Amino acid sequence: MIRIVAAKEIRMLFASPLAWIVLAIFQAILAWIFLARLDAFLGVQARLQYLLNPPGVTQWISAPLFSAAMMIFLMIIPLFTMRLVAEEVRNQTLTLLISAPISPVQIVIGKFLGLMVFLLAAIMLVLLMSLTLLAGGRLDFGLLFSNVLGLSLAAGGFSALGLYISCLTKHPFLAGIGGIGALLGLWAVSFGTEKIGNAFQVLSPARHFENFNQGLVDTGDIAYFILFIALFLMLSVWRIGNLK
Amino acid sequence: MNSHPSLLLHAQGLRRTYGSLVAVDNVSLELRRGEVLGFLGPNGAGKSTTMRMLTGNLKPDSGKVVLCGIDLYDRPLDAKAKLGYLPEIPPLYKEMRVDDYLRFVAKLHGAKREAVEQTKTRCGLLDVGKRLIGALSKGYQQRLGIAQAILHDPEIIILDEPTSGLDPNQIMEIRTLIRELGDRHGVILSTHILSEVESLCDRVEILHHGKKIYSGKIGAERQSIEIGFRNPPSREELAGVDGVAGVETLSAGLFLIHPLKDCDPTEALIRKASEGNWGLQRINPGRYSLEKVFARLTKEPS
Repeated sequence: MIRIVAAKEIRMLFASPLAWIVLAIFQAILAWIFLARLDAFLGVQARLQYLLNPPGVTQWISAPLFSAAMMIFLMIIPLFTMRLVAEEVRNQTLTLLISAPISPVQIVIGKFLGLMVFLLAAIMLVLLMSLTLLAGGRLDFGLLFSNVLGLSLAAGGFSALGLYISCLTKHPFLAGIGGIGALLGLWAVSFGTEKIGNAFQVLSPARHFENFNQGLVDTGDIAYFILFIALFLMLSVWRIGNLK
Repeated sequence: MNSHPSLLLHAQGLRRTYGSLVAVDNVSLELRRGEVLGFLGPNGAGKSTTMRMLTGNLKPDSGKVVLCGIDLYDRPLDAKAKLGYLPEIPPLYKEMRVDDYLRFVAKLHGAKREAVEQTKTRCGLLDVGKRLIGALSKGYQQRLGIAQAILHDPEIIILDEPTSGLDPNQIMEIRTLIRELGDRHGVILSTHILSEVESLCDRVEILHHGKKIYSGKIGAERQSIEIGFRNPPSREELAGVDGVAGVETLSAGLFLIHPLKDCDPTEALIRKASEGNWGLQRINPGRYSLEKVFARLTKEPS
């Protein structure tokens, strides 16, 4: 059942021009950043060898690339999640799912996984871009792995939050704005709160992603994202169960 | 477990309020196999709300729904497997192709792949399989809506205004289809086309302001006699005539006579009228149609 809903979401995603346009823009911006970092790296490469512990090509190019990808995800994931439930409520197609022998849990997880498959494909493209550096040298695969893991978890968290906001309204546009607002808000709380204490720091997904970005795979960060995803998926299930 | 195997749907005391508005108040329903139940009522009477509660799309404030012996709110998934539902607005994904959509519905309900082709034939959708749903005419979209409701061969089929947006030929086809479905399954349909109920349904329930105000077999109301007098007798006098079961006053001097079962009191009424000098003005045996029942029951007192 979950697979059927997920497959439908993927098919609908790829049938819409939105997915392709967003994916193309995403790739174009990342390619620009990739080339700019590569250019900068080539400029300083000669001097780096005099350093005791010089940053490698992965750290110099791939880490900023994944960091940029995270920021772009923060903006574009709400564009995908906004349709997931709000549009179905508005077009009254959710009735089809609710009248079928399928539970709200299956609906929510199916929709979430459908979107995640799409986003993981986008993350693979970022990874492929980094792997092209193999043509000119060696890569730090550990750092690459922690970045892929971190970006995937962040994408999951953003999707779950966006999905929940999509359950709150029947206007996809509002759901999109709300999603971007909420994600930017969570990102912004990590600024200016360094001195207050780390309650706000703990809340921010961007702060947790930073550790992965630097190659630090911490179970605390993994647990944070898993709890974040689980919380918003559960809220979505509860919301769909009570739409009636 | 189920003491009435032929009883497909049983709803009891359904009630739903929106704020202070009571949309549906204490509605009870039964549907048996081989029966088409017509759901009639003016706009806003609570037909769609009731149907949404019967299909688990809306939680009632109180009351319960049992589908094929399974409580809809205790075991929703098992109960919903018995159900096919066409809402007021057909639940169609406009950006999907007809074939993809029907295959998706088939998977959702665990129906066989052959069911898709069968249903397309039944609903006259064979030549639009490759078309985008959003590009279909209203009539085709409505037929596709019916197709998704009957694809998995459910025991209970609930159709909210199934013939809206169809042209007369299509309406005939869909009525034939519904009649066919009603022979093997149980069908509840809502409509405000009275002739549709008369030609299609076995039983009718009339809703008004969320309350059930009439319930009866189609044809029963045709037995009634409308009768008018210049010097009207009292109701008791009329009720005393042989073969009369009940008398209703429609307006001054105009009555509706309900005969006893298998009795025709027409002659006795005419004889009494001339004997008592009531000034018989008109008598309409068997002309009291559903239309009049509907109009009388749902007209707002001015």
